[in-house]
Amino acid sequence: MKKIYFREEYCMACRLCEIACLVAHSKSKKIIKAYKEEFPNLTPRLVIEQNGPLSFAIQCRHCEDAPCIAACVTGAMHRDRKTNAVSHNAEKCVGCWMCIMSCPFGVILRDIKEKKVATKCDLCSDEKILACVNACPNEALICAESIKNKDKKKE
Amino acid sequence: MKTLTFPDFVINRDNEKCIQCEVCVRQCAFDAHTLDKETNKVETDIKKCVGCLRCATMCPTGALCVSEYSQKIRKNCNWNEKQLKELYKQAETGGVLLTGMGTDKDYKIIWDHILLDAAQVTNPSIDPLREPMELRTYLGSKPSKIDFRFDISDLKLKNLQKGILKTKLPPQLKIETPILFSAMSYGAISLNVCRALAQAAEECGIYYNTGEGGLHKDLYKYSKNTIVQVASGRFGVNPDYFEAAAAVEIKIGQGAKPGIGGHLPGEKVTEEISQTRMIPSGTDALSPAPHHDIYSIEDLSQLIYSLKEATEYKKPISVKVAAVHNIAAIASGIVRAGADIVAIDGIRGGTGAAPTRIRDNVGIPIELAIASVDSRLREEGIRNRASIIAAGGFRNSGDVVKAITLGADAVYIGTAALVAMGCHLCQKCYTGKCNWGIATQDPYLVKRLNPDIAARRLINLIKAWSHEIKEIMGGMGINAIESLRGNRLRLRGFDLHDNELKILDIKPAGESL
Repeated sequence: MKKIYFREEYCMACRLCEIACLVAHSKSKKIIKAYKEEFPNLTPRLVIEQNGPLSFAIQCRHCEDAPCIAACVTGAMHRDRKTNAVSHNAEKCVGCWMCIMSCPFGVILRDIKEKKVATKCDLCSDEKILACVNACPNEALICAESIKNKDKKKE
Repeated sequence: MKTLTFPDFVINRDNEKCIQCEVCVRQCAFDAHTLDKETNKVETDIKKCVGCLRCATMCPTGALCVSEYSQKIRKNCNWNEKQLKELYKQAETGGVLLTGMGTDKDYKIIWDHILLDAAQVTNPSIDPLREPMELRTYLGSKPSKIDFRFDISDLKLKNLQKGILKTKLPPQLKIETPILFSAMSYGAISLNVCRALAQAAEECGIYYNTGEGGLHKDLYKYSKNTIVQVASGRFGVNPDYFEAAAAVEIKIGQGAKPGIGGHLPGEKVTEEISQTRMIPSGTDALSPAPHHDIYSIEDLSQLIYSLKEATEYKKPISVKVAAVHNIAAIASGIVRAGADIVAIDGIRGGTGAAPTRIRDNVGIPIELAIASVDSRLREEGIRNRASIIAAGGFRNSGDVVKAITLGADAVYIGTAALVAMGCHLCQKCYTGKCNWGIATQDPYLVKRLNPDIAARRLINLIKAWSHEIKEIMGGMGINAIESLRGNRLRLRGFDLHDNELKILDIKPAGESL
């Protein structure tokens, strides 16, 4: 399956991906309206890690052996049969946050919107274009089957 | 000391649109945008703005608009705003004014006063999309005559038609389009930019120039498309460096600062740069103004021939000089000294750092330099002994065509290539804080330029220019760049003085053959 990969050597921590993610998952999908009217209720679905010049944006890795699915008590966290992605059904979620505890990447977040549920990258399920990948000005986020990184091979 | 100078730019923030996302704060290396942690609001200090437009370009809502500072001093043609600002700055610092990129002074651009010809009725124009167009050319010394023989041992007609060259040709650089990337050193620009230039040169079948900063080990794989430079500092010069190169260039001077050396401050000399330049890390990299072993054409000849010996006469040797008043005689001397290529850099050539006064006042425009050098070498009958590469402010393919028609073999583009990669000509290269990730070694800023994207942009630029050159040539009814070279009959001067026309050796517009 296609996944979102990050290339930390090109991530400049501008956080445009975070903004695009927020907007893509907002009600209005309009950047100014989303920020001015819905803001406290918006949670980005990706996490930007930064330490000095090193930075990268990380979202759900859609692990093959996903600990969050195993940890979920209600079956809200499940594997989508069509896309093979790890999906989250907010209807079923009771907000026990075991998935957050078990996620090794720390990319499942608390959604404080209406009822306290978990939220995570849904690979922009409704849209064909991935908001964060599209927003990255430096191609530090790419959507691909697998990543070929010359520098990484060397290491 | 309270500064008396006033800002260059104003940043207008449309608060209706601003979503306080802090992208501008994170993008400005000059700290023009900051976040007040108490109020959690983004603030702007226009005094720090350099006008690079990074924030306005990156702002996701288009809330930022950078414009010229509108408060004006009393209008005075003699003591204008720029002069005053420079005076205040010097009064406050007591230093030489520094700047980057090529001169921004309002000199007449002769390219804009030269017009190209096109074919009408008496000769047919050519459609470059349907008929072959040759942009390929070879740089290097050409023999005065060539001898060839036919192989008569094999009497098949096919072999008889094939001549066999008896003359041994001097080494040549094959270029697919007459555009090369100018010398920009690793140190002045980041390694990512060097990578992008190298990748693009490889893809386009042209060459990039390492500048005087040596060749980083990661770039050795692009050696087929590399021209290496030997400058007065001799940074990174070693046998592998010559081995890796397609050609070697001796840098005597550059258009932005003729007669002036270089100075890469120690804080930019990172571990990688120190290894590439072969100097201790953290020390200033000083390029002396002259080569201390070159005080005459004879001395230059010695260096040219020692480089030829070092490269076993397999690689062309180029000599790069700034276009100065006596350029025709200097070029003649360089050719006689044995150079295969003469690169001439005009007054509008760029730089990573130069004293403002030098950049803005020293040298001559490249248009006149090409014409006078080409004429002089032809008069002396030695034009074939070297190729001419023109450099210094080539803005578009029209300029390239005009340069070749005036007599250049190819052109070097530096500023145009940087602009293609994102440069907005804020002229702050010397600060090392390039917000576009180009002229910097700061690990936060270097990451901003993804070499793959930059290479793609450069390849597009070279492709676009090549298409345009073909289009222009087709219109002129010329199907090979070689037929365009020095074809000054196809140029006309418009709004030029008699003396300029005389030096350019072109007729005024309206005058027929």
